Amino acid sequence: MRLKKMIVGLLGSVIAIGGFLEVATADLKFPMLVYRTGAYAPNGIPNADGFVDYYKMINARDGGIGGEKIVFPECETGYKTQVGVECYEKHKDGAMVFQPMSTGITYQLIPKATADGVTVYSTGYGRTSAANGKVFKWIFNAPVTYWDGASIAVRHILKQNLGNIKGKKIALVYHNSAYGKEPIRTLETLAKKHGYELMLLPVDHPGQEQKATWLKIRKQRPNYVLMWGWGVMNQVAIKSAASIRFPMENFIGIWWSGSENDVLPAGSGAHGYKSLAFNAPGSNFQVHKDIKKYVHDKGEASGDGSHFGTVLYNRGLLQAMVQVEAATVAQKIHGTSKITPAMYRDGMENVNLSAERLAELGFKDFAPPFKNTCENHGGSGLAAVQQWDAKAKKWNMITEYMYGDREVVDKLIAEDSTKYAKEQKIAMRCN
Amino acid sequence: MSVELLNFIETVLNGLMSGVMYSLVALGFVLIFKASGVFNFAQGVFALFAALTLVGFQTGQIPFSHLINELFGTNLHNWYPSLHSFLAILLTIVTMIILAWLVERLVLRHLVNQEPIILFMATIGLAFVLEGVGDLMWGSDVKVLDVGIPSGGSIWLEEATIGWASEGSEYYGMYIDVLNVWATIIAVILVTALALFSQYTKTGRALRAVADDHQAALSVGISLRSIWILVWGISGFIAMVAGIMWGTESGVQFSLSLIALKALPVLILGGFTSIPGAIIGGLLIGVGEKLAEIYIGGLLDIGAIENWFAYVLALVFLLFRPQGLFGDKIIERV
Repeated sequence: MRLKKMIVGLLGSVIAIGGFLEVATADLKFPMLVYRTGAYAPNGIPNADGFVDYYKMINARDGGIGGEKIVFPECETGYKTQVGVECYEKHKDGAMVFQPMSTGITYQLIPKATADGVTVYSTGYGRTSAANGKVFKWIFNAPVTYWDGASIAVRHILKQNLGNIKGKKIALVYHNSAYGKEPIRTLETLAKKHGYELMLLPVDHPGQEQKATWLKIRKQRPNYVLMWGWGVMNQVAIKSAASIRFPMENFIGIWWSGSENDVLPAGSGAHGYKSLAFNAPGSNFQVHKDIKKYVHDKGEASGDGSHFGTVLYNRGLLQAMVQVEAATVAQKIHGTSKITPAMYRDGMENVNLSAERLAELGFKDFAPPFKNTCENHGGSGLAAVQQWDAKAKKWNMITEYMYGDREVVDKLIAEDSTKYAKEQKIAMRCN
Repeated sequence: MSVELLNFIETVLNGLMSGVMYSLVALGFVLIFKASGVFNFAQGVFALFAALTLVGFQTGQIPFSHLINELFGTNLHNWYPSLHSFLAILLTIVTMIILAWLVERLVLRHLVNQEPIILFMATIGLAFVLEGVGDLMWGSDVKVLDVGIPSGGSIWLEEATIGWASEGSEYYGMYIDVLNVWATIIAVILVTALALFSQYTKTGRALRAVADDHQAALSVGISLRSIWILVWGISGFIAMVAGIMWGTESGVQFSLSLIALKALPVLILGGFTSIPGAIIGGLLIGVGEKLAEIYIGGLLDIGAIENWFAYVLALVFLLFRPQGLFGDKIIERV
């Protein structure tokens, strides 16, 4: 009798699991590679919270995308490349898109995802030359790349110096990793073009100790310091710059070195520090009102809701919105709500986030408009400069969104991606 | 003086100051190793946990509030708006003593007479558990730590030394971070207090007896367990001091636990059983890595060598003096 019950129970379970799987496969699976633990958790958490809150809001407000619920299993990477690859392998079946949240992981996933037919979206990070859609069919890095970022920072410096920076000294303090090394090539090319001297100052993970680096800066007195940092490296660098009394208005970080986390520990010393940005801070946008209404007010906020409206939380919203929009576009293109990963890629390639569409989605004036095409997976290439006000404890946008040096960046992208295509024997698309 | 010489002196001075910060971490390792023969891998996490707890008390954060809110749908965050740093430090010391008691009660007591490697593995486990508990208790956000210790470059020193360079040369004065000067003063006080405590108090003598020979100490009626609680408590206190210094510099965040990696070459160089060794080792590593980064790195046009150079230095010492500069020489009779 007990055996019979067990068999019936087991059969019931199998049927139930099968039923669940059937439902699950009909959902849109957006796996999340997150780092809520470890040295980089203070940055990983607000970003992941932005994603989760946005997905929850779409599920609650719209009933999902075209009626299909979003499922977003989290996999903890700890910002470790190898663990990130394991997370990808674990969740790749049926996945629409992966957002690796690490340049190192992105580099590892490029050949794997290309072979598996899974979209990788590295928003404003990852391999810059993946912007060339002719070579990198499955990889997207819109709306702006690191090489755009490097040239936008130099353009900002050029503007401050009336177009002439010949003989000036610019230092790059960078995370000694694939991420931190990305802008070097562009900055070297721009140094030849504009005649400035480039100082390269790598900082090893995690960047807790940077005294020697800042002693070098103090002795050699660069006119400007650019920073490609992440995690504790940013906080220590900003505090060290304040400590040697480096003029903070001449210290410019990439968009991953420009969150509240990075400047608050330095207190008033961080006043005037600048960073690039491709999304606005604050919580007065329509999307925030919707998240508050459909998620936070129902007690469903990811975490304790304390990151709401911060730079990295808002970036998570933007990243999640683009991923959701890609699914919407894919559903329209293929006339079905039940899209496959291949259909999803088509959607991502045809994302067109005009100012009007951004406003419709609740992101009016939140980020610059951009569109992907078959040739261009890197978006508009627009970013602005924001500056930290230590008294008000807030970031202020101090420039319009601007382009980098397209002439230089496009040439470098073409060179690098063509080389990659030859190495990997990839036939060019979009002819 | 030539600018090159002044820059060299500045590098050495800053190296010494960084070395003091490393020594603060290494001291905790040495104390525990001397008294119980345990290489406490969790010492870095102790520093992190102490700093997290201190900020938690300062800001009145309710421990485990994230977890409570998640489980019960409450909206709890703070007991009170703020607490004076002195009181917060006292409460943190009490917490670290309770932690030491728990470590003895839950871990060490059950591993008496086990191989050193087992105890070492236990401290690895302890490190991960404590990091997780710290995360659950206080959250993973970057926290600003301010206990009133001044920080930033010393303007006085800069102005006093600006005229030392030869006339006509471009020199901006010598740089030292005031926070590091304070760390040095605190380290000197700490080491003096430890020396006086172990030399002139009954408990201190008992502690030294246990460090010399566990069995002999037991035979004269010294309680090994209370000594262990005391030693782990003291190293918890030292971890708090290290956590304050490092946390003031970079904000309190989970990468703080990695400062333990900075203490390893210090211990190899200074010896695992010597308090002066931890100090001298720290100073040598600090100076060595800064000189390497600026001069060798500059010469070869490479950067970010200071992290691994500290280990190169330690390995060279290991080849010629395996017990470290001041460590006890191991003599095994056959």
